[in-house]
Amino acid sequence: MNAAIFSALFAHWRCNPLQLITLLAGLAVGTALWSGVQAINAEARASYDAAAATLGEGMYGQITAQDGAPIPQQTYIALRRAGWNVSPIVEGKLGSVRLVGIDPLTAPGGIGPVSVGSGADLAAFLSGAGQIFARADTLLHLPVTGLQGIATPEVAPNTAITDIGLAQRLLGKGDQIDRLLVAPEQPLTRRPLAEVAPDLIETDAQGSNDVARLTDSFHLNLTAFGLLSFAVGLFIVHGAIGLAFEQRRAMVRTLRALGVPLRRLIGLMVVELAVLALVAGVIGVALGYGVAAALLPDVAATLRGLYGADVSGQLALRPVWWLSGLAIAMGGTVVAAAGALWSLARMPLLASAQPRAWAMARRQGRFVAVSLGLLAVAAGIAVWGHGLMAGFILLGALLIGGALALPPLLGLVLRLGEGWARGPVAQWFWADSRQQLPGLSLALMALLLAMAANVGVSTMVSSFRLTFTSFLDQRLASELYVSASTAEQAAAITALAPTRADAVLPILSIDQQIAGLPAEIYGARDHATYRDNWQLLRAVPNAWEALAQGGGVLINEQLFRRAGLDLGAEVTIAPGVSLPVLGIYGDYGNPVGQVIVTEAVFRRQFPAVVALRFGLRINPAQVAALRAGLRDQGGVTDSAMVDQASIKALSLEVFERTFTVTTALNILTLAVAGFAILMSLLTLAAMRLPQLAPVWALGLTRRRLAALDLLRAMVLAALTGALALPLGLALAWALLAVVNVEAFGWRLPMYLFPLDYLRLGGLALLAAALAALWPAWRLSRMPPARLLGVFRHER
Amino acid sequence: MNVKALIVALCLPLPALAQGFAGLGTDAEEFAQPAPATVLQFPADHGAHPAFRIEWWYLTANLTGPDGTPYGLQWTLFRSALAPHDGQGWQTPQLWMGHAAVTTPKAHFVAERLARGGIGQAGVQAAPFSAWIDDWAMEGQDLERLRLTASGRDFAYDVGLDATGPLVLHGQNGYSVKSAAGQASHYYSQPFFQVSGNLTLPDGTIPVTGRAWLDREWSSQPLAQDQTGWDWFSLSFDSGDKLMGFVLRGTKDFTAATWIAADGSATALPDGAFVAVPLARRAVAGREVPVEWRVRLAERGVDVTVQALNPEAWMATSVPYWEGPVRIFGSHAGLGYLEMTGYDD
Repeated sequence: MNAAIFSALFAHWRCNPLQLITLLAGLAVGTALWSGVQAINAEARASYDAAAATLGEGMYGQITAQDGAPIPQQTYIALRRAGWNVSPIVEGKLGSVRLVGIDPLTAPGGIGPVSVGSGADLAAFLSGAGQIFARADTLLHLPVTGLQGIATPEVAPNTAITDIGLAQRLLGKGDQIDRLLVAPEQPLTRRPLAEVAPDLIETDAQGSNDVARLTDSFHLNLTAFGLLSFAVGLFIVHGAIGLAFEQRRAMVRTLRALGVPLRRLIGLMVVELAVLALVAGVIGVALGYGVAAALLPDVAATLRGLYGADVSGQLALRPVWWLSGLAIAMGGTVVAAAGALWSLARMPLLASAQPRAWAMARRQGRFVAVSLGLLAVAAGIAVWGHGLMAGFILLGALLIGGALALPPLLGLVLRLGEGWARGPVAQWFWADSRQQLPGLSLALMALLLAMAANVGVSTMVSSFRLTFTSFLDQRLASELYVSASTAEQAAAITALAPTRADAVLPILSIDQQIAGLPAEIYGARDHATYRDNWQLLRAVPNAWEALAQGGGVLINEQLFRRAGLDLGAEVTIAPGVSLPVLGIYGDYGNPVGQVIVTEAVFRRQFPAVVALRFGLRINPAQVAALRAGLRDQGGVTDSAMVDQASIKALSLEVFERTFTVTTALNILTLAVAGFAILMSLLTLAAMRLPQLAPVWALGLTRRRLAALDLLRAMVLAALTGALALPLGLALAWALLAVVNVEAFGWRLPMYLFPLDYLRLGGLALLAAALAALWPAWRLSRMPPARLLGVFRHER
Repeated sequence: MNVKALIVALCLPLPALAQGFAGLGTDAEEFAQPAPATVLQFPADHGAHPAFRIEWWYLTANLTGPDGTPYGLQWTLFRSALAPHDGQGWQTPQLWMGHAAVTTPKAHFVAERLARGGIGQAGVQAAPFSAWIDDWAMEGQDLERLRLTASGRDFAYDVGLDATGPLVLHGQNGYSVKSAAGQASHYYSQPFFQVSGNLTLPDGTIPVTGRAWLDREWSSQPLAQDQTGWDWFSLSFDSGDKLMGFVLRGTKDFTAATWIAADGSATALPDGAFVAVPLARRAVAGREVPVEWRVRLAERGVDVTVQALNPEAWMATSVPYWEGPVRIFGSHAGLGYLEMTGYDD
C-alpha cells in the first residue's frame, strides 16, 4: 500500500514540477547561504584553535629569557629536575614557513599533532627520518628537508610542526630552546624560578584565546547574516509546501476515502518531505561549500588584517558544518511544513477543499495579531531587555513581526492606491494587485527580509568602518610605535629618540582589578597628541586639564558599562587612592576595562613599572630615518616598530575586503528573494487566468497585460523595499546598540548611508523586474485559445 | 614478578613504536632477548639495559602514620626503547615514563611523567645508583640505602629506604618465564627495605614508617597473543616470609610464584602452584575490578584472603591499571601490594 500512496503523492510533484523545483531550490539556496557562512566561521575558528594549540599562545603560561635570547637546553633540564612541568618549543623560519619544534612527551594537552597514546604516529614522529605536519598548502612551500610531510588541517596556517630535535637541526639552533610552555598543572613542590633560572621570566596564560574573542564580533555578524538568508529560504519553502498541501487536499480526501489511515498518510508525507529535505540539503551544502570557498580568501584577509588572526584561505570539509547544514535543512522543512501537516491532520474526512481565498483571509487576520504581538515583544525588549539572549530574541521578534506585518500593510497601501486611482484600467490594476497579494505575500516577505538584512548588515559594517578608522586615527596619533624588550633597551630608546623625534610618549601600563573587574591602568604623558586626537564619548568640562593635574581619570566604555562608573564616580586605582571619572572614551575591540591616569600619578602609584612601549611624534617624512636609527643604534628589531601609515593602509585594505564579502552576500540574498518572486509569479500565472481572461476579452492586449504585470511586480517590490528600510534600520540598531553591547561591552555608533540604501533599493527592483520578466513574457505570448478556454471551462 | 609493567610499558607507545620503527627499513637491528644462561652482575644490572625493549624500576611500600593509619606508596620508572641502542640528544630512541602514587584508606593520589632519553631529563645509572625522571628520584651509593622522592599536583613524598636483606632472584637465577610459550624476562627484587620519611598530602605532612619492595625487570618480548592482562601479588607475612605470585589471564591462565623465606632464600614455584580466585568485584573507574581475592599456595599452607585497603586505587595514567596496598588475613596475616591490568572495560 505504501508504494501506491507514494506514487499518488509523487504524482503531484510530477504534475507540478515547478513547485518541486521551488521547494528544492528554496531549501537548497537557504541552506547554501547558511552553511556557507557557517563554513567560513568554522574555518576561521579552526584556524584560531589550531594556532592556539600549535603555538600554545594564550592557552598556557610561558617562560622566556628576559632579553628574548634563546634558552640553553641545560636550563630546561634544570627546570624539569626542579619540578617545573614545562615543555620546550623551538621555532623559526624555514623558507617562508614558520617551523615549530615540540616535544610531544612533555607538551601540555592538545598541543601538536601527535600525542602519547596515538601509537605509530608518535614513533615515527620521535625517531627515524622524522615527520613534519602542516596544511597541504604549507607543505608545498617548505624547502626540501627529506622529512615525511603529513598534511593535516589541524595545524595553524603557514606553520609546520616537527619534533624538537629535528627543528633544532633544521633551524641550526644547536642545543637551544626558544620558549617553554608552562602546564596548568604543576607539582606540589618545586623550586622557585628565580633560584633555578634567574634569567628567565614567566608570563601567565591569557585565560582564553584573545584573537577568538576579538573576532567574535565579526563572526556574530556573519552568523546573523547566514541566519537571515536561511529565514528567507524558509519563507520560500513554506510557500511551496503550503501550496502543495493546499492543492493536494482533494487527493488526501480521496486517499482517505479509499481507506488509507490518516496516521499512515501523514507518516508517509513526513517521509516524503524528509527525502526532499535531504536532497535539497545535500545540494545546499554543496552550494554552500562553493559560496564559502569563493568568499573565504577575502574573509581570511579581513581577519588577518583586522585582528592579526592567521586564517587559512583554504577550506576544509568539516563534518560539523555539513552535518549542521543537513540538520538545518531538515529542521527548516519541519518548521515550514508543521502548519500544513497540522491542518491536514485536523481536516474532517468528508470536508471538501476549502475555498482558498477564505483560508487566506482568515490567516491574514491571525498574521496581524501575531505580528503586532511580536513587534510589541521587540519594543519591550528594546526598552527593558537585558542579556545577549534578549538581544537575539529582539532580532527574531523584529524580523518575524516585520515580515508578518507586510501583507496587511501592503493590502492597506493597495487599497489606498485603489481609492486614488482614476479610470477603469488603473482601478483594475490596484484591485488585481490586491487580489494577488495572498499568493505573492510569502515571496514578498522573503524580499522584505532580504532587503532588511542587507540594510541592517551594510549599515552595521559601514558604521563599523567609520568608527574603526576614526578610532585608529585617534589611537594611532603618533607616527611611530616602538616596543622595547628590556628595560635597558627602553632606556636606550628614551636616550636616542628625543634627539630625532619631536616628542616621545612613554606608554605605561599595569593590569589591575578595578571595581572587581579585570582592567588595565595606563599612564599617559600630558601632551597635545592626546588632547587633539582623542574624542571622548562623554566628559566633564575641561576634562583633559583636570586629567593633567592628576584630578581624575578617563575610563573606557567597557568599564563604564560593566562597573556602572559614570562621570564623577570614584575609581580606586590603588589601595586608598580614588579619583573621579572625568571622561569616557570608546575602546572598540578591547575585551577588558581600561583606566587612563596622568603620567605623574601613575609613576607615583606604580614606581616599579617601566615603560617598554613608546609613541614617537615626528614629521612623517622622517619616519624611515628614525626607524633606521633606532634599529642600528638602539638595537630595536623591525618587528618591534610599527608606523602609523602602514597600519592605516592595512586597515583600509581590510575594510575593502570586508565590503567584498558583504556585497557578495547582499547580492546572493537578493537573488534568493528574486527567485522566490519568480516562483510565486509562475505559480500564480496559471491560477489567475480566470481573472485575466475577462480583462483581455474586454480589450486589453496581452502585451499590455504583461506590461501591467511587470509594473505590478515592481510596484510591490518598491513598496516592500520602502517597508524594508525602517525594518533594516531597526535591525541595524538592534545589532549595534543591543547585541554588540551585550556581547562585547561596547556600543558602535550608528551612521546612515542613504546612497547605499538607494542602491540596494535599485537592486531589489532589478531583482523583482528580472523575476517578473519571464512570466510577463509568457503572458504576452500566450495563445489566445488558452484565454478563450477560460470561458469554455468557466465554473 | 612484575608483569605489571610488562604490558604497561608495552602498551605505552611501544608495540606501535616498534612497528613504526621496523617500518623504517634500513635499521634492521633487533632487540636483545633474555637468556637462561645470563648471570646477573651487580651493580651493573641495577642500571639500564638499552638493548632490551622494556625495563622498569618498580617500588611499592606499605606504610603507617603516627596514628596507625595505613598508607600505600608507589614509585615506578619505566624505560621503553624504539630501537635497541642508546645515545645522546633528542634522537635517542629511549623513552621514559614515571608513575607515582600514594594511597590512603580514603583517597588515591596519582602522578605521571614522560621524558625522552639522551637529554638528561630521565635515566638510570648503576653506580652510584640513580634513577630519575624530572624531580622524581631514587638515589643512593648503592641499592642498600636509597632516598626516594616524587611529587604530583596534590601530593609529594620524600622517604629513605634501608635494605635489611639480600637481593632475590626470581625464576631460574633471575630468568623468569612468563608464559607457556616461553616468553621470559630477567627479574630480581629487593623485598627487604625498611622505610621512613614523610608524605605530603593536601591535609599536611605525615611522618611514616614501613616496608618497601623493589622489583627490577627487563625484557623484549610482549606477552602471548591470548594474554589479556594479569593480577600480580607481592605479599609480606607477619612471620617474615614473603610471597610473590602472578596470574596471567589468557585462554589458559599461567601462574608463577616465588616463596621468599625470612632469611632471603627464594624458591621458584611452577605454573599452577599459585592459585588466586576473585572473591568480590567492584565498579572502579567504570570497570568491574576484583578488589578481594582468595590466594592459595598449598605446598606452603597458605590460604589467605587479600583485600584492597582502598578499592579506588585506580591509576588513571596513559595506560590505566589498578595498583594499591592490600591487607592479608586467613592462614597468614600481613600486608602487601596488588596490581591488576587488562580490566579496561
